Amino acid sequence: MSAYDGLPGDWELVVGLEVHVELATATKLFSGSPNRFGDEPNTNIDPVTLGLPGALPVLNEHAVELAMRVGAALNCTIQGCTFHRKNYFYPDMPKAYQITQYDQPLNVDGYLDLPNGVRVGIERAHMEEDAGKSTHVGGSGGRVHGATSSLIDLNRAGVPLVEIVSRPDIRSADDARAYVSELRSILVAIGASDAKMEEGSMRVDANVSVHKPGTPFGTRCEIKNVNSVRSVGRAIEYEARRQIDLIESGDTVVQQTRHWDEGDGRTHTLRSKEDADDYRYFLEPDLVPLVPSPEWIRRVHDALPMLPAARRTRLAAATGQPAGSEAVTAVVERGQDEYVLAVAAAGGDVARALVHVKEAFAESPDVPASDLAALTLLETGGKLTATQAKAVLAELVANGGGDAAAIAAAKGFEAIDTGALEGFVDEAIAADPDAWAKFCAGDGKAMGALVGLVMKASRGKADGKLVTALLQQKRG
Amino acid sequence: MTVRAADVAAAVRAGTTTATELLEQHLATIAQREPEIHAFNLVMTDHAREAAAAVDAKVAAGIDPGPLAGVTVALKDNMCTRGVPTTCSSKILDGWKPPYDATIVTTLRDAGAVVIGKTNLDEFAMGSSTENSAFGPTRNPHDTSRVPGGSSGGSAASVAAGFAHLALGSDTGGSIRQPAALCGVVGVKPTYGYVSRYGLVAFASSLDQIGPFTNSVADAALLLDVIGGHDERDSTSIPQVHPSLTDAITQGVEGLRVGRITDLPEGADPDVQERLEAAFAALRDAGATIVDVQVPAFTFGLTAYYLIAPAEASSNLARYDGVRYGLRVEAADTNAMYGVTRAAGFGDEVKRRIMLGTYALSAGYYDAYYGKALKVRRLIHDDFERAYQHADVLLTPTSPTVAFPFGDKGDNPFAMYLCDTYTIPTNLAGHPGMSVPFGTGAHALPVGVQVLAGTLQEPVMFRVAAALERAMQ
Amino acid sequence: MPDHPAERITVADVAKVARLARLDLPDDELEHLAHQLAGMLEHFADVDALDLADVEPMTQPYPLVNVFRSDVVTPGVDRDEVMAAAPSSEGGRFRVPPIIGLEG
Ligand SMILES: [Mg+2]
Ligand SMILES: [Zn+2]
Repeated sequence: MSAYDGLPGDWELVVGLEVHVELATATKLFSGSPNRFGDEPNTNIDPVTLGLPGALPVLNEHAVELAMRVGAALNCTIQGCTFHRKNYFYPDMPKAYQITQYDQPLNVDGYLDLPNGVRVGIERAHMEEDAGKSTHVGGSGGRVHGATSSLIDLNRAGVPLVEIVSRPDIRSADDARAYVSELRSILVAIGASDAKMEEGSMRVDANVSVHKPGTPFGTRCEIKNVNSVRSVGRAIEYEARRQIDLIESGDTVVQQTRHWDEGDGRTHTLRSKEDADDYRYFLEPDLVPLVPSPEWIRRVHDALPMLPAARRTRLAAATGQPAGSEAVTAVVERGQDEYVLAVAAAGGDVARALVHVKEAFAESPDVPASDLAALTLLETGGKLTATQAKAVLAELVANGGGDAAAIAAAKGFEAIDTGALEGFVDEAIAADPDAWAKFCAGDGKAMGALVGLVMKASRGKADGKLVTALLQQKRG
Repeated sequence: MTVRAADVAAAVRAGTTTATELLEQHLATIAQREPEIHAFNLVMTDHAREAAAAVDAKVAAGIDPGPLAGVTVALKDNMCTRGVPTTCSSKILDGWKPPYDATIVTTLRDAGAVVIGKTNLDEFAMGSSTENSAFGPTRNPHDTSRVPGGSSGGSAASVAAGFAHLALGSDTGGSIRQPAALCGVVGVKPTYGYVSRYGLVAFASSLDQIGPFTNSVADAALLLDVIGGHDERDSTSIPQVHPSLTDAITQGVEGLRVGRITDLPEGADPDVQERLEAAFAALRDAGATIVDVQVPAFTFGLTAYYLIAPAEASSNLARYDGVRYGLRVEAADTNAMYGVTRAAGFGDEVKRRIMLGTYALSAGYYDAYYGKALKVRRLIHDDFERAYQHADVLLTPTSPTVAFPFGDKGDNPFAMYLCDTYTIPTNLAGHPGMSVPFGTGAHALPVGVQVLAGTLQEPVMFRVAAALERAMQ
Repeated sequence: MPDHPAERITVADVAKVARLARLDLPDDELEHLAHQLAGMLEHFADVDALDLADVEPMTQPYPLVNVFRSDVVTPGVDRDEVMAAAPSSEGGRFRVPPIIGLEG
């Protein structure tokens, strides 16, 4: 069910997303300062990062390569482009301008298909540098309001970003969530970014408006600070309802930048567009145009790995599960689909492998595919019950692999499972109804005969105690 | 007879003199005349003595210290020197010592040069008289009641006064050539991208170039041979090896076509005009042909420049915000701190240009001003290119006047801007230009003649400059 | 928009530009600047005679494209040296007064 089904009246939601992604380079966009999260404040700095007088930017070729990969994966046209200066003052922006792309971005006119088949247009995916981080001290809860001062760490300043701007094609909070998840999977799959929302290496701003179908789009508000896939949905839902309430009570929506507060589950005014930004964009004179050659663009396309959508289709075909199933989606998102296919290649049962990987491989353990294959074979061969297999699997995961049969034996699972055992017991009863009658009458020797039959049938693998218990159970 | 830097270096390399001895001579001259001239914001006595000693130690150890062994060089104080204050003659950089060296500083050191001090300039290189320095003006060594020109006035004066063998300046609209003319020395603005800008504090990034001040064309060739070349830290640096200018100047000018711009904006004083005519005559005598050319858009240089340069400057100077280095005036919040710090730290001319540039880029005015100026820039460039199809070099006055008295331009910014009428179009085109002393004009003050050439045509430009120099000897 | 807003530069326009440029200037200076800016921009009327419709803006003095560095860490600058030069710092970070009113 869509969380959006509850939207009052015939209102329609219109959402466009701007996603900032930090690229997985070793160094910053314009200098050799490390691009590394979590270091001591201001240790990854150099004249360029600090915006020192006289320092000059030089473009990181690998950042360009990764940005082109993003463009290729999002079906964009990759084109010759330029860098501009976006001028504004903020203490975490050392030069008082951000080097970004303006009217000639690297990637334009692409799209992203959601797992449910909805196609979301990509307007552009441009390169720019990140800002530093401000920590607000002296106030309550690290908020900017009420703080007595702020402390600036420039480790993040200059980290390469790609800003992916979707067209306003998203019509539900669910689709917004799906877009962010799918984008995240793609970025990880192509090695462009670790895309960790919790560390800020992927950040989402949502442009939200509401209207009635057939009428022009409403006034939009931009929501900043949405830090998880879950928040994307919550923030959009909240904002849509806020706008609808405003309109239905006779008010108008004012174009604003709003801030999502995870704590109270609301959006708050950050600034209104009245005091419009005047960024005085102009071409960055310290850089030269970037004109990727057709060969370079082709190389990037050729080197793209299979993307999540195609991988879901492939895994679905191999396992017989629907492409949109939870198991297929999760396994592909974790990048473990190749592994599941390797289990199949090693002769294992691919459907069982899918279930095990989905359930037990969240931490991506280092279990050889052949080991998991062996386990699935024990299961399908009736040598292990599902419950027993789970216990063996836990052992494989904990130890980074192992001989499934040996682990099962050590756990006493080598004995055939209860189901098979019951079959042997029934066969024994049928084969010697006399002994069964005596056993029912309380003859201990008769029980020995029946157990002997079961042992013979199971070639000694049955657990004697278990057989006795079964016989006693059947006697009632 | 001037001392040639090449001869100085040769003597030091041969051990017939020492870097230390040469340095002490210069320090003695500085002690004598610097109080009157004020060429320096800082004389780097200790650093220079260490550098000279290091050169001497190399010679003693049989290691070649390089082509500028023991040659003293004064640096305009907008070039970053590690651990040594770099002020741009502005209060806003109060107390700042760069944690890094500009590329040219490293290059000079590797060539065996001894950096002797940081020279005065118009604040952030904005001006044509060095009167806009927060630390007081520099005086012209030829007449201390007059300006040395600017913005690299301190560098020009330091060479003219014998404080250093050589100096470096930066030229955004004439800031090397005009003071060179007014101080009677050679000054060169190379092709944009010829010399690395890494570590040069930016004024207008698409126009700024570092270049030499010297007593002779040969010295300028030598210095440019040392500092020219590709630097991977400057994206706009031309990735090629430049031909030796020292070799180029051994050739004459026979057969070269020297262009006279027939539609050059008027305004040069008669004494200056007279020297320009003498220069044409001298080159004709040396075997060159004088041809008439037109550069119609030349006349629009000033207006285009005074939108483009301030626009870039308004952005380049936004980083002086009191957060990371330099001056801060405390205030209740960061935004207020920005406003009071920048108001207190920048002088009037810098504020004026920041305002003009911010206005030209701001919403609604970009197309009318900045956008239009970029188109005019294209016209100027293309007009020059056409002229260079008919002439190898162009000859103009460097400055419309000889050195003028302090306060001469009053409070009229445009009157000061007119000083750069003849130098500015070259920066817009990205072409090289140089000023060569060519006798004297009114009040027996030096007059410079400007030689202009097309992109990377430094060799031919230097040949003509050398011919002019020979004609004066 | 008029071709030459110069004659219409008001003190309020100049005040807005001063805010954008973060220059806290007294009223009399703003007034003085309004006159000077108008005066300088008047000179720009010179170029009205030019037909610029088909002229490509010149943004680069020397035509270069694709200048890159490789993605290799190079030595940075020492934090203590940088912090020692900072107007105010705490725990290896730059300290600034409260950040308010920074939008626009
Ligand atoms: Mg954005
Ligand atoms: Zn962005």
